[in-house]
Amino acid sequence: MNQTWVQLAYLAAAICFVLALKGLSSPKYARRGNALGAIGATIAVVVTLVAEDFDHMPAILVAIALGTAFGVPAARRVQMTAMPQLVALFNGVGGGAAAIVALVEFLSVGDDSGLGALTASAFTVLIGSVSFSGSVITFLKLQGLMTSRPVVFPGMQVLLPVAAIASVGLAVGVIGTRSIPMIYALAAVSLLLGVLFVLPVGGADVPIVISLLNAATGVAVAASGFVLDNVLLLVAGTLVGASGTLLTLLMAKAMGRPIGSTLFGALSGSSTLGGGEASDRPVKSLGPSDVAVMLTYAERVVIVPGYGLAVAQAQGALKELVDLLGERGVEVSYGIHPVAGRMPGHMNVLLAEANVPYEQLKEMDEINPELPTTDVVLVVGANDVVNPAARTPGTPISGMPIINVDQAQSVVFLKRSMRPGFAGIENELLFDPKTQLLFGDAKDSLAQTVTALKSL
Amino acid sequence: MDGVALITIFVLSIFVGFEVVSKVSTILHTPLMSGANAIHGVILVGAIIVTGHADTDVELWLGLVAIVMATVNMVGGFVVTDRMLQMFRPRQSAAKRSDA
Repeated sequence: MNQTWVQLAYLAAAICFVLALKGLSSPKYARRGNALGAIGATIAVVVTLVAEDFDHMPAILVAIALGTAFGVPAARRVQMTAMPQLVALFNGVGGGAAAIVALVEFLSVGDDSGLGALTASAFTVLIGSVSFSGSVITFLKLQGLMTSRPVVFPGMQVLLPVAAIASVGLAVGVIGTRSIPMIYALAAVSLLLGVLFVLPVGGADVPIVISLLNAATGVAVAASGFVLDNVLLLVAGTLVGASGTLLTLLMAKAMGRPIGSTLFGALSGSSTLGGGEASDRPVKSLGPSDVAVMLTYAERVVIVPGYGLAVAQAQGALKELVDLLGERGVEVSYGIHPVAGRMPGHMNVLLAEANVPYEQLKEMDEINPELPTTDVVLVVGANDVVNPAARTPGTPISGMPIINVDQAQSVVFLKRSMRPGFAGIENELLFDPKTQLLFGDAKDSLAQTVTALKSL
Repeated sequence: MDGVALITIFVLSIFVGFEVVSKVSTILHTPLMSGANAIHGVILVGAIIVTGHADTDVELWLGLVAIVMATVNMVGGFVVTDRMLQMFRPRQSAAKRSDA
């Protein structure tokens, strides 16, 4: 395994990974970067397969074929709206694989391994298991198979630290005693820890958790490099762990919330824990033809899209409306909140899918100064990212930077119902005198507005 | 390889990991996360090694499960990232594609 040519091939793969991450950070080279990463991974796997005369070779190849048969169609067919949960799932199985690798290595050489490798094994099982079960819960939340609101039950404030301490204790026990039942117990408690860790994280904070778990899997893979004395696993895992940690901090910064309150806020009662119930306070509603008139006679219109747009698959209808308005001389741009959608940058992906020109997309800092001189803001399926409650202290989203839609001349919300957004808190802007609401499915509403506009 | 050498590589890799993504724009957060996610699928290498050395049925089956999981992570991860990035293509080439 440690022949020179294998090590050199691993070095080539590691270089590919560094260049892949570098490329993925710039719009121009992102796709090439990803391809380079795939090439590096392929080199690594092929070299590993031929470097040594392994037992069970047919079974290994069948397992790889099986994994490809699951992974490729899932990645090809997934709707772009459902992509965050697929990434979470892919991350989870990676973490699970790392935990199993360390477990199997422990079972086969447990008695002979040195203290360093043993410590790394216990650590990999712990982190890998947390990442696996945490990612599965994230997947269930995003897929709508369980509530997206924070789940807190009595005693959780106690149970979470107890599980954390128990898993660290078991890890130390494994290192001290090399006991096989104990490493299975470690895996079980760590799985529980992952579940408890993600359950109280609510709504809008889920993307940050995916990013964090992604970094955690990277760290687990790096630790497995220590276990197997494999430099490539060490380098690749560390790269992902470090870049993932930085990315998580950048995302938390984009949301204006410290990472601690994102993760543990619900436990101390200050997180995105909201009512989730529909309000019955009076609002002004209007019809599609009214919206068409308002938009046509406006000079400047800003569209603020949110996850509701993606759910309704209304990107195409929205683009049609914007193109029509453009033909009539209305200046239209999109105001994109950094965390609109379910992951940072998610909305940019969705709008790019609908062929919206890049120049029309404006980031929050760019659009906010323009809002006081904007005639109409059309909010399509967004809520939390325009909620002025973020400016007053003491609310679940306090401190999150928002798009200052309330400064525009008038606001039209396209909403399915009066239910609050993902963060589960009421939006005062809905009851503002300059706000009007068009109820219904975003795609239908936009199509009706387009029809009305054409007949004007 | 001795422990100190491994730790040296580990520490230097941390700096490289921080450095390469330090200037990423918000637009690319999602594809970057997804691409990094695919890269840690290289745990497949580890899964192949432990499975190839498996002595008992338990080790073999656990190893094979790890191979399937790691392959899903790696292959699926790169494919889904590529799909995301496909949508960021410049306008001209996107138009050409729909003409073809």
